[in-house]
This record gives sequence, C-alpha cells and structure tokens, in this order.
Amino acid sequence: MKKIIWPIALLFSALMLTGCGKSVTDQSALKNVRSSNTITWAVEGDKKLFSLIDIRDDQEKGFDIDMAKAITREILGPKGQARFTLATSQSRIPLLKNGNVDAVIATLTITPERAKIISFSKPYFRAGKSLLVNKDSDVKSVRDLNGKTVIGIVGDNSVEVIKKVAPKAKVVAMQDYGQAVSALKSHQGDALTSDNGILYGLAAQSAGSLEVRGGTFTKEPYGIAVNQNQEPFHRAINRAVDKIQRSGEYNRLIKKWFGQVPGFNYKEMYYK
Amino acid sequence: MINILNHFSNELFVGFGWTLLASFLTLVFSLIFGIFIALLEVIPHKVANKIGRGYVEIFRNIPLLIIVMFFYLIVPKYIIQLNGFTAGTIGLFLYTSAFIAEIIRSGIQSVSGGQMEGARSTGMTYKQAMQYIILPQAMKIVIPPLGNQFVNLIKDSSILAFVAGFDLMYQANAIASVTFDTMNSYFIIGILYLIITMPLSYYMRYLEKKLA
Repeated sequence: MKKIIWPIALLFSALMLTGCGKSVTDQSALKNVRSSNTITWAVEGDKKLFSLIDIRDDQEKGFDIDMAKAITREILGPKGQARFTLATSQSRIPLLKNGNVDAVIATLTITPERAKIISFSKPYFRAGKSLLVNKDSDVKSVRDLNGKTVIGIVGDNSVEVIKKVAPKAKVVAMQDYGQAVSALKSHQGDALTSDNGILYGLAAQSAGSLEVRGGTFTKEPYGIAVNQNQEPFHRAINRAVDKIQRSGEYNRLIKKWFGQVPGFNYKEMYYK
Repeated sequence: MINILNHFSNELFVGFGWTLLASFLTLVFSLIFGIFIALLEVIPHKVANKIGRGYVEIFRNIPLLIIVMFFYLIVPKYIIQLNGFTAGTIGLFLYTSAFIAEIIRSGIQSVSGGQMEGARSTGMTYKQAMQYIILPQAMKIVIPPLGNQFVNLIKDSSILAFVAGFDLMYQANAIASVTFDTMNSYFIIGILYLIITMPLSYYMRYLEKKLA
C-alpha cells in the first residue's frame, strides 16, 4: 500500500501547483508599468515586416515593434521603456496569462474564443487569411484546396479556418514559420495559410520562389492583448492606439513597413 | 482537465496510437539493426569494424532533430516523398540503433574471452560461437541499459511533433493552443506517456530478474 501512496501524493501536489500563479493578474498592470516606467511586450521574432530579429544587431524590427514603441511613448511619456520578450504563436497567450509580460502585440487575431480569456484592444491592423504557394503550384485560391494538404502553424487559428472553408483539405500544423516554409518548399504541403501581411513577408524573404495567391478569404483584424480585469491599462492602450491612428503616425508606419512589398496594396490598410 | 479529456479524447486517442506505433516500430527495428551494427563492430574484419564504428559515431553524435529534419525536408525534395510520421520514425530508428549498437557491443565485449576460445576449441565456427555462446550471455548482461534505451526512445518519439507526425506531443501542442490550458494539456499526455513507458520498464525489470 505504501508503494502506491507516494506516487498519488506527488500527483496531487503537482495538480495543486497548476492552480497557483493567479496573483500576478490581480495586481494593477497600469500601476506596475507606471512605477517601473517599462512596458514588457510579448512579440514574435520570426515575422518579417511585423517583428523579425535583425541578426546584425539583435534588435527586433517591424510594424508590431514600432507600434509597441509608439504606444509605450503615449502611455509612459518619451522616457518610457518598451521591453520585448520573444514569444511564438503558441506561447504568446500563456506568457501573458502567467504575468511574464504586460501586453501582447504579436499579429494576434481577435477571436471570440480568445476574448473569453484575455482582453483585446481595438483592432490595429486589418488582416485576413491568404495562401502562400510554390511558384509552380496549381493552387489558385481556397477553392482548389479540397483534397490537398495545407500547412498551418500551431497556436494560429488558421487550422480551424481551413477546416471551415475547405473541409476536405488535410491540415498539418508546424511549430513556427521557418519550419512551415521549409515544409512548403519540400512539398510536404500544397499551400501555407496564414495572415496576408505575414505571408507577403515570407514571400519577400523567399527570393521569388513563393508567392501569395487568391487574395484574403477572411477578415481577421489584429488586436493588442492584455489580461482581463485590467480595465485602466486596457483603456490606456485603446486611447494610445486611437491617438496614433488619428495623428497620422499609423499611416506613416504602414507605409514604412508595407510600402515596398510587391503585390500588396498597402493603402487599403491606412486608417481613414 | 476533465474538460480536455472530454473534448479531445479523439485527438488524444489518435496521438496515443501514433506514438505507440512509432515506438513499437523503432523498438523492434532498432534492436535488430543495433545487434547487426554491434556485430559489425566486433567481428574480426577491419572494414566491417570501420563501417560499424562510423555508423555509431555519426548517428550518436548528431542531434535527433537534425536527423529527422533531414528526412522530412531534404529527402522529399530530392529523393522520395515522406510524410512527417515516416520521416520522424526513420530518424528515430537510425538514431536509437546507434545507441543500442553501443550497448550490445559493450555486452559482447564484457563476456569473458575464454568463452569464445572454449567454444571454438569444441569445434564451433566463429558464427556458431557468437550465435549460441556469446550473444545469449551478452543480451542478458545488457538488459538494464537496454531497458533504459527503450524508455528513452519512447520519450524521444515526441520529436514527431516537430514534423507534424500527429503523435501525443503534436496533439498536446494543438490542444494547448486551442484551450490555452498549457499545463493540463501537457500533464495529460505526460500520464499517457507513463502508460506506455511504465509497463515496459516493469517488463524489463522482470526479465532481468528472471534471467539473472
């Protein structure tokens, strides 16, 4: 009997541990960032145009990064620090929930399921799903996807979206964008689906071997995520986004990052 | 946790199946192939020794992920189409074989040299002596490290998740990303891995006692 009790006791203590760690989200995030004069953002490191680590100086660069810096300036003043924590599609929400970061700005689509556990700011980028394919592919739009294999990303909602628009397509989820593109190039799938902005970035990186096709087939704007029950911080971020969009800084950033992308009508993304 | 079990029992079941299949295939084939490589290493033949040694050094010293990625990305591009499960299982098989070969070799070499001499002096050929005298004794000696390696290979099969092999780890990633309940998703598959590894562990221990 003794032999059995110990593993069971361990199991229960492990279970209890999973219930801990709520305290971080009970504190006021706005007070915290004001007192440390720093906002910690979860960003991604593998998305050209939105947030990609420049290996020459180890800095994250992209539209999300510039937005985060601008919002930090709006909330904390010119001396405010924006600190960046790298996340993947899969880890960005857990990082926020655990209190490792104050906010997430990482091409995060606003969805009802996510809105149940985190709070979204107003949309800051009008994204939609599109398809990336090899140049020689016969896939022209989502209608050609039935019976084909589509590559998605773990933690991205593209997997569920594809199941809706092309129920007969087989979906394989890869760990990150680098792997997903490698898999596409090795013909492990016929198309890679994700948000248009990201796909244009990937196509631009591929030196002409990949292209975006079929336009967008969903409307899925990005939002900035903060923890729930953080109304003051949530409102501060919404106000900051609003100000950035009205002042024309937003359109400048859109042009800076998306103005050069071939095939991408960046003016559609402007705040009007 | 109950929620995950309710909603994703299908995914978990599928993941369990693929993990079990990958583990089983790898276990059987890498044991056979590992013995073969170990024999290459010990028979009195210079070229065979070099080939055996070379195999072990290459596959033992490269990270498993790189071997698997080779079969998932490079091989399909130039040679033959392999899906994630096949690529992952082949990679795992080659990698584990190298470790098993080393374990078997150490077993063979720990059997006293007098055994071989004795067997040969009764008129057995080298092959007969190896087959009937040396290998059975060696296998008995290496049961504990072999059990260790078997358990390791089951856990290593989580590499399939990186090449979309639909195994337990892949399903856990998918479930965690839908439910946002990372802790419990991994906790559940941790238990499912235990369900595979524990009986194997106990069986190896039983074999060890029975044969000792």
